[in-house]
Amino acid sequence: MHPSTLVLRRRTRTLSGPAVVRWALIGAALLFLAVFLLVPLVAVFTFAFQKGWAAYVAAISDPEALAAMRLTLTAAVIAVPLNLVFGLAAAWLIARFRFPGRSLLVTLIDLPFSVSPVIAGLIFVLLFGRQGWLGPWLAERNLQVIFAVPGIVLATVFVTFPFVAREVLPVMQAQGSDEEEAALTLGASGWRTFWRVTLPKVKWGVLYGVILCNARAMGEFGAVSVVSGHVRGITTTLPLHAEILYNEYDFVGAFAVASLLTLLALVTLVVKKYVEWRSVAS
Amino acid sequence: MSIIVEQVTRRFTSGGSPAVSEVSFQAPRGAITSLLGPSGAGKSTLLRLIAGLEVPDAGRILIDGVDCTSMPVQKRGVGVVFQSYALFRHMTVRENIAFGLDVRGSPRAETDARVDEMLRLVQLEALGGRYPGQLSGGQRQRVAFARALAIRPRVLLLDEPFGALDTRVREELREWLHSLHERTGLTTLLVTHDQQEALEISQHVVVMSEGRVAQAGSPEVIYNRPTSPFVASFIGGASVVRGRVESGRVAMGSLSVDVAASAREGETVQAFVRPHDIKLAKSPGGLVNGHPPTGRVERLKPVGGYVKVLLRLPTGDEVTVEVPRSEFDTLGVAEGDAVRADVRSATVFVGDYAI
Repeated sequence: MHPSTLVLRRRTRTLSGPAVVRWALIGAALLFLAVFLLVPLVAVFTFAFQKGWAAYVAAISDPEALAAMRLTLTAAVIAVPLNLVFGLAAAWLIARFRFPGRSLLVTLIDLPFSVSPVIAGLIFVLLFGRQGWLGPWLAERNLQVIFAVPGIVLATVFVTFPFVAREVLPVMQAQGSDEEEAALTLGASGWRTFWRVTLPKVKWGVLYGVILCNARAMGEFGAVSVVSGHVRGITTTLPLHAEILYNEYDFVGAFAVASLLTLLALVTLVVKKYVEWRSVAS
Repeated sequence: MSIIVEQVTRRFTSGGSPAVSEVSFQAPRGAITSLLGPSGAGKSTLLRLIAGLEVPDAGRILIDGVDCTSMPVQKRGVGVVFQSYALFRHMTVRENIAFGLDVRGSPRAETDARVDEMLRLVQLEALGGRYPGQLSGGQRQRVAFARALAIRPRVLLLDEPFGALDTRVREELREWLHSLHERTGLTTLLVTHDQQEALEISQHVVVMSEGRVAQAGSPEVIYNRPTSPFVASFIGGASVVRGRVESGRVAMGSLSVDVAASAREGETVQAFVRPHDIKLAKSPGGLVNGHPPTGRVERLKPVGGYVKVLLRLPTGDEVTVEVPRSEFDTLGVAEGDAVRADVRSATVFVGDYAI
């Protein structure tokens, strides 16, 4: 055998360790994945289709289920664009400027990640609830935030606001501002520079953030649960609706609704993978 | 004069030393002016101030006789080429060059014609459809030049344009820039830390040190008549030798050199000796031509066409001498040999003043 081949083979073996260790590790990882991810996934669909296709379709076309779907979509349609604009602006500010309060802003962006969603919901109840700070003012004007759709939207916006900023910020920091400066010297206005140079540079980071933001907006339970009041067909989102059905022992209905959220998660994973692949390719 | 900088100061941290401090200089119209200095000398900051990417804390900047001190960057009509190229990575070469024309609202046909003209100018006609990621470093930098020139700037500002390229491409592009300048005749400001580059292609050199102008003048003046110890040691790789004036000559240990008559007897001086301003002779025995040997060869470093000889003087000072290869072969010295060295010329300073 050629000496260099020998060295190469030895090196490979040292790095990967004996076969027993390798297979034991791979086995452990697979077992973990099966128990914690695959079994629940299969269980959701098994329970959902327990009484057949007709029962499944009936469960998800129930008027209350449809209302829950509409509310979930409404919350996401409002929360995602808001956080897209906020996330871009915040990432741009933090990446490009040094100003007093900059590190405070970075910490604030992470707040929804570090605060329990239930506490987040409670904050809104304390602010906008009947006994809350703004409660009397809202009551005078006949406006209801808590136990109504505005509260659900507010809670959703709050828990999802870090996603876009967190994804875009590292991309902006890594790319620097040379191209923006070049655009300015070529005569482009700040606004034009943003649309033609900055945004195309960070578009994959933005898309990635939007996907994660959307998934969380549709799947949020804790914060929304606190402000919802569980008024069936009016203030229940899909996750809340699933819980209500489950508590009423309607397992087929609960898991049918859960299966919709599971499908959303699977679609999100596929799109996320695609975006990752495209961003690496470009 | 096309670019006039008057008493410009820029401070990044309040209380700290300014990056650019009361700098004044003028860049002649139609010439290449180099801002030369070690890193941290403030030359890039100065270029950014002229471009309008930074705002001065004090002073005035005039381009073509117009005060631009508070004019926004977009209105200044400057073409800037960055060391990092700063090409728009999501646009093709054509789109990159057309960008400045598009934002000015130039008609499609005119833009196309101008882009074609620029592609011919930088000899990249075939690569208009490529993305920056598909080009070599030298090609990218030429696209950056084409993009900066497309808008017909009043002045061209180059920030270490060849800094990220390897030596061979660097020299090629330096030659290319020289001929480009001859064709366009555009007033050009070149920031560089490479004295070779500055001396070779510019008509005017501004040497900077620690945020201030150390000396400004033609390459010949900068090279032959440095006015401060900093410029003398920064340009030309001179060695510093301490000495004393004795009967009209500077004695530097065992080396000596003529000085002007104004030098006072017995004064201590610093002499800056260029590597090619020393002539070596071999010392066969204890004496060379009846004189004691002036140094010992510490190390020999063959560098292509010449050999670098590191000479240790009896005083402990080290002097670098460059000997052409052919001369070195006939000289026949080895490490450890005692040699005699004659100084052809040196720049001598008493304190900070040249004499």
